[in-house]
Amino acid sequence: MSSTNIHEVIIIGSGPAGLTAAIYTARANLAPLVIEGEPSSTSDQPGGQLMLTTDVENYPGFPEGVMGPELMLKFREQAARFNTTFITEKVTKVDFSARPFKVWVRDELHQAKSVIVSTGAQSLMLGLENEKRFYGHGLSSCATCDGFFFKGQEIIVVGGGDSAIEEATFLTKFATKVTLVVRRDVLRASKIMQQRAMNNPKIEIRWNSQVTELFGQEKLSGVGLIDTVTGEKSKLDVTGLFVAIGHRPNTDLFKGILDMEDSGYLKTKPGSSYTNIAGVFACGDVQDHTYRQAITAAGSGCMAAIDCERWLESQH
Amino acid sequence: MADGIITLTSANFDETVKSATTPIVVDFWAEWCGPCKAIAPVLTEIAKEQAGVVTIAKLNVDDYGDIAQRFGVMSIPTLLVFNNGEMKKKMVGAKGKTQLLAEIAEFIPKKN
Repeated sequence: MSSTNIHEVIIIGSGPAGLTAAIYTARANLAPLVIEGEPSSTSDQPGGQLMLTTDVENYPGFPEGVMGPELMLKFREQAARFNTTFITEKVTKVDFSARPFKVWVRDELHQAKSVIVSTGAQSLMLGLENEKRFYGHGLSSCATCDGFFFKGQEIIVVGGGDSAIEEATFLTKFATKVTLVVRRDVLRASKIMQQRAMNNPKIEIRWNSQVTELFGQEKLSGVGLIDTVTGEKSKLDVTGLFVAIGHRPNTDLFKGILDMEDSGYLKTKPGSSYTNIAGVFACGDVQDHTYRQAITAAGSGCMAAIDCERWLESQH
Repeated sequence: MADGIITLTSANFDETVKSATTPIVVDFWAEWCGPCKAIAPVLTEIAKEQAGVVTIAKLNVDDYGDIAQRFGVMSIPTLLVFNNGEMKKKMVGAKGKTQLLAEIAEFIPKKN
C-alpha cells in the first residue's frame, strides 16, 4: 500500500507548530502531507496538548479566550483550506539516511524531499509502581475529560506550574476540595495563575511535598506523601489524582537519527529550525523546553515552513 | 439509530445489551470531552464497516450517570464490550482505529 509519489514535504505532528507549518507550506504550493497522529487520552494526539485544555486566554486574537480544542480545529481547517492532506495515524518509523526521506505509517511508506518534525511533548506521569493500575480508576491524565466524575469528592493535583493550577481551578467546579501538591516552597506558575490558586477557597496548597504511594483496591482511595524538607510521611484520603508535573518530548522515533539533548529535546541550529540533517526541520515543543507556549510553537512552525521552502528552492 | 450507532439510555440499556445478536461496544462519552469527540468518527467508521458483525452503541454519561456508575466508569471515553449480555472488556481512553480494531478483534468471528 505504499505510494510512489514523492511529496515536497511531510509534516509529522499536528499541534500549533505542525499546523502552522502546514498553513505556510500549503500557501507556498508545497501541498504538505500532515501525519497528524491518532486519538488518545494523552496530549500525544491530533491537535496536541491544547486538546486537553479548556479556556486558552493568552492566544492573541481571542479577547474573550477560546477553547483549546476549538482553536486547534480552526488551525486544522485553515491548513485544509490550502491543500493539505492529512493522515490520522502515527508514524511508526523514519529513515532520513538518504533522499527522498522515508516515513512509514505501519507498513505504508511515504516519501518526501523534506520533513518537518513537530511531534510535541507529552505529560510526564509520576512513575510510581502501581500507577497504571489506577488509570481510569481515580488517576487521570485529562482533567477536562474526567473532572465530572469527581463531583463532591476530594482530589489532588500534583504540580506547581500553570497547567497544574489550570487543572486545579477547573476541577474545583466539581470537587469539594482540591489539594495542590507542590514539590518546592514556591509555584513555578505565572503570577496571575498563582493568584487564582491562592484566591480559590477550594484549593489548598501542600508545599514541599511529593506523592510516593497510591492506595486503594479497585479504585484510588488515598495517597502517601513525603515532606521533601523534613522527610515526614503522611497519608491523604482522596479519590482522584491528576498529574501536571511537566513534559517529555515525543522523540523516540528519532533516537540515533536526529541530534537531541540528554532530555530528549531535538537540537536545532540557533535562530532556525535546521536539525543536523539537511532537509529535516524541527519546530514546536519537540525542540523547545524554554517557552512551550501555543504561540511560540506556532511561531516556530512558521520558521520551519520558511526554512523548508527556501531549502527546497536551493536544491533546484 | 443514526449512522448505524445505537443510542443507549437508562431505559433501554439492559434490554439492548441482552438482546444484541452480535458483540456490542458501548462508548461512554460526553459533550465536553475532547478525546470522546476525536474517536467519534472512528466509531462511525467501524459501525459501518463491521455492520452485522459488531454493534456500536453510545451512552451519554451526563444524562445517564447511573449506568456509568454501575460499571465503574470514572474516565471517558471508556469503551465496554458486551457479548451474550455479559461485560467482557473495559477499555479506558481514546485510541486510533487500528488499535481499537485490534482490541475488539477477539470478539469478531473469523470470516472463512
